[in-house]
Amino acid sequence: MKIMALLNALPGACAQGLIWGIMAIGVYITYKILDLADLTVDGTMCTGGAVCIIMMVNGFPVWVALLAAFGAGMLAGLVTGIFHTVMGIPAILSGILTQLGLYSVNLRIMMGKSNQAISVDKYDLLVSLRYVKGVEFYKNTIFVTAVFIIIIIALLYWFFGTELGCAIRATGSNPNMSRAQGINTNKGKIIGLMLSNGIVALASGLYAQYQGFSDVNAGRGAIVIGLAAVIIGQVVFGKINGNFAFRLLSVVFGAIIYYLVMQIVMWMGLESNDLKLFSALVVAVFLAIPYMKETYFSKKVKRGGAGNA
Amino acid sequence: MLKISDVKKTFNAGTINEKMALKGLSLQLEEGDFVTVIGGNGAGKSTMLNAVAGVWPVDAGSIYIDDINVTRLPEHKRAKYLGRVFQDPMTGTAAGMQIEENLALASRRGASRGLRMGISHKERELYKEKLEMLGLGLEERMTAKVGLLSGGQRQALTLLMATLKKPKVLLLDEHTAALDPKTAKKVLDLTEKIIETENLTAIMITHNMKDALRLGNRLVMMHEGRIIYDVKGEEKAKLQVSDLLEKFDQVSGGEFANDRMLLAK
Repeated sequence: MKIMALLNALPGACAQGLIWGIMAIGVYITYKILDLADLTVDGTMCTGGAVCIIMMVNGFPVWVALLAAFGAGMLAGLVTGIFHTVMGIPAILSGILTQLGLYSVNLRIMMGKSNQAISVDKYDLLVSLRYVKGVEFYKNTIFVTAVFIIIIIALLYWFFGTELGCAIRATGSNPNMSRAQGINTNKGKIIGLMLSNGIVALASGLYAQYQGFSDVNAGRGAIVIGLAAVIIGQVVFGKINGNFAFRLLSVVFGAIIYYLVMQIVMWMGLESNDLKLFSALVVAVFLAIPYMKETYFSKKVKRGGAGNA
Repeated sequence: MLKISDVKKTFNAGTINEKMALKGLSLQLEEGDFVTVIGGNGAGKSTMLNAVAGVWPVDAGSIYIDDINVTRLPEHKRAKYLGRVFQDPMTGTAAGMQIEENLALASRRGASRGLRMGISHKERELYKEKLEMLGLGLEERMTAKVGLLSGGQRQALTLLMATLKKPKVLLLDEHTAALDPKTAKKVLDLTEKIIETENLTAIMITHNMKDALRLGNRLVMMHEGRIIYDVKGEEKAKLQVSDLLEKFDQVSGGEFANDRMLLAK
């Protein structure tokens, strides 16, 4: 086991973690703020990249392409939102339906191919595997992505402090109370889902550039990675009493930790084919911790001793 | 002020659990009325409040608030006219949000919510004053999460939220039933005080006959989805618990001994 091989791989893992950190911020909005598990992201994590690459190949500047990716993600979120609210389909199922439909849509966007490449030599990409080492710092993918993250967190921090943002948070926290206070909870859920999927698609656009191609399977299991980041962030930094911006930042750190750990287990000899099994198990364990703590390891309380209204 | 006319509601229609909860309910409130509602389990008391609040659509009949037909308005739109406090202290507040944020949400009831800041400095001052009125020390903990508060504190806060923006009708659904006697009394005193000073129109469901008699200018007894007894003013002031029990026995044919016990509590 060569330690140098691991050290060499770390900057790449870091860059990947940062890009997936943006994705995880999207997941945080639905999973933590809206209290919905939105599986649409498995589709949008491909859609964004597909839109971005196809637009760039067709001569659009990278910013326009990323904005279009964001818009495409929002549309996907809108569809899930309508399935869930107007049509009354449970949130998880709504997400699965959209995700399934998106598979076809994604293939259409990519002109019927399952894979569309973009060359870093021919196009002016914002981020790339090649920009991780040996480039000026302002071109470095880690720097560029970090700037993206700071801007996104700042915007979200502002948004969730507005009247509309507060209404969306209330919707997730207590829908009954929200309606009693005149909040249209359906609208709140739809906006939240759109915002979330928009951010995921933006991350997807960056990720496709980073890898140099968009792939129809790019989003498979994305929700698990997103959840892993959210949960790891919560477990590692949850004790620190920070504000909303700090919570989002801890999600990003969660994603970085996730990718570093993945890199380490691969370096230790885990086959890359087994990675998804490993991530699924890791996330299952982390999801189970709060429940198991409560159920199996809680201190015995004397019967009737802890009555507290 | 509030006019409920011949409202009907059946739950689980067509199934074995079919239950006709409201069987042509009518009730009209004048401005400033403070109505206490009593009745046994399943009489339709909460169902009546939920029908007014628009939690689900009614099957028949109409509901007017101040000459506005709200029968078909969704819950969040009707909220503009209503203040609500629920039986479960968890229902009325957002546990994951701060005390001041909850108040800010409530103060925007009925207003459109845009991209202005969710809470302003000026508001904080106002909320501080209002919280001081509760006498629970919450004014010192305005940025604390509501989830950290006790049931009584949460009910008091919910009451404040329901009346922060003056509602046309205040709906109180057994809002002290889940509290211990001492806290219940405190919340009830507060309710009385707020209704009086703000001159609110209110409907309060209670299982406590004494409270039903002591509070309000009007008393309504419900049974099997209808109002079967309605007294106000002088006549109500003269009523005794024994009168109510007698009335109750009369309508229920004495067969609901359990309900009688419950009401006498």
